[in-house]
Amino acid sequence: MKNRLFHHHFHWTSAFKHLALLFASFTVLFPVYFMLITAFKTRQGYSLNKFNFPNPITLENFDIALRNGRFFLWFSNTVILSVGAVLFSTLTAVLAAYALARMRKFAGQTMMQTINTALMVIPPVVMIIPMFILLTRLKLIGTYPGAILVYAGLVTPFSIYMLTNFFRSIPMEIIESALIDGASTFQVLVQIILPLAAPAIVTLVVVNTLWVWNDLLTALVLLNKDELRTLMVGITLFGSRYNSEVPVSMAGMLLASLPMLILYLFGQRFFIQGLVAGAVKG
Amino acid sequence: MLKTHFLTPYLYLFPAAALLLFTFGYPLASVFYFSMHRIRGVSGPFIGFENFLQVFKDTTFHMAAAHNLQLLIAVPIMTAIALLIAVLLHERVSGWETYRTILFAPYILAIPVVGIVFNNILQLNGILNESLRSIGLRFLAGDWLGSADLALWSVMGVIIWREVGFGIVLFQASLLSLNEELQDAAKIDGAGWWQRLFYVTIPQLRDVIEFFVVVSVITMLAWVFGFVFVMTKGGPGNATQIMELYIFNFAFRSSLPGIASAVAVILFLITLVLIIPLFRVHSQSNEGRNS
Repeated sequence: MKNRLFHHHFHWTSAFKHLALLFASFTVLFPVYFMLITAFKTRQGYSLNKFNFPNPITLENFDIALRNGRFFLWFSNTVILSVGAVLFSTLTAVLAAYALARMRKFAGQTMMQTINTALMVIPPVVMIIPMFILLTRLKLIGTYPGAILVYAGLVTPFSIYMLTNFFRSIPMEIIESALIDGASTFQVLVQIILPLAAPAIVTLVVVNTLWVWNDLLTALVLLNKDELRTLMVGITLFGSRYNSEVPVSMAGMLLASLPMLILYLFGQRFFIQGLVAGAVKG
Repeated sequence: MLKTHFLTPYLYLFPAAALLLFTFGYPLASVFYFSMHRIRGVSGPFIGFENFLQVFKDTTFHMAAAHNLQLLIAVPIMTAIALLIAVLLHERVSGWETYRTILFAPYILAIPVVGIVFNNILQLNGILNESLRSIGLRFLAGDWLGSADLALWSVMGVIIWREVGFGIVLFQASLLSLNEELQDAAKIDGAGWWQRLFYVTIPQLRDVIEFFVVVSVITMLAWVFGFVFVMTKGGPGNATQIMELYIFNFAFRSSLPGIASAVAVILFLITLVLIIPLFRVHSQSNEGRNS
């Protein structure tokens, strides 16, 4: 509170602080600004002036992008993949976290937690070759079920970690009073714990969706078919195809970014809480 | 704690454990197996450490590993920027929430989008070079991605641009949970802004800084495939070759999964060594929670 009073008076440190933050914001916003203005420029307009607002404004780039890139297909593929993987991971993680956080001590509990924490930071590239061979053997390569299973598995360590921490923070008295009322172990989970955990689960869903949505390597290897391409794989190919037509390329990138950017602007706190949850003590 | 039948916890754990065995357990075991076999297709004869010897002799691998090590230079830079900005935001500079929204936004953008946008900005006739020329800094303009001397540094800059936002929100969230009394005491004792940063804030944030550094080191060594694949594909020449791309190329381009698995094993072992300090942090925090 004292701080706030101080800041009503102008002084040099405050000016420097703003200067530093403005500089950082400018650095962050400049590429976004570039993408935005360029997407609405004609090819000639772009080569004449790269800095100004588009004049004339054209929507042709979006038209070309949508006609030559299969954005709707890539988008729906990514949605199917993200929804499937996140749903599956959340379900299994809720059950596991309940056991780890709220059931009496059992053999292997600590080991399971330790392994789980370690798995959070194992880079997927380490697993990608055996994964490819395994899915090929199971005839699941280039299929949604195969990719959904893999993505669900890759995000599950984080899901378990986050939910275990959250479930531990639910007071035992609430659970005990439900038990006295005759609730079973499973009823406690569904009727008491899940409603309380709703914000945590939303956060988890947001972060995991972002992860699956933005992943390139796994999708590149496991879904290597035209009709199954995800948005990330699709725009990577799109970008190299239109690398000499910058306005079209930027229109494509803008289209690809809009869904997540809109989600971010409306649900910012879920993104931030979730991404921080892995590191800050729960 | 819930007093359940002794099998109940295992029942609840079973789906997750099965899933983790499928995505981590089996692949981690077989990547070791593959690394010691000459794999053609899906199997092959045992050859001991032959794949590793091949890898260690390969100059392309030397370059890849050296480039990953060079990328580690980004870690202290990112940590410093993130800390400074987090502290500024924490001081509730007016408009701090807007600043935070902006500064975290790159982390939401997909890596291919970021890579392709920067590819265009960094072109020889791109907007960056044009800006430099127009403000009289022509001598600073360069072929950012086309020259072997610059390309890796450019990629590193783009990685920092996107990843630093995570550090900012991480440090800022940790600052919220700190004891303010120490800061106030330091102020009363006449400590300046930088003194408070170095002697109060940074020591208080030790654990979370350590976490961020470890995670960033792992990122730089084994989690930047997207940037390189989209921006340079390892080029020009091998100027931005990295270990992940080396794995990808050997496994899926040259069809030599044995060689690629040897590199994957190396990355896995490096990651394991790096996460040991994290467990120290975590066990400390667990003790704190239980007491």
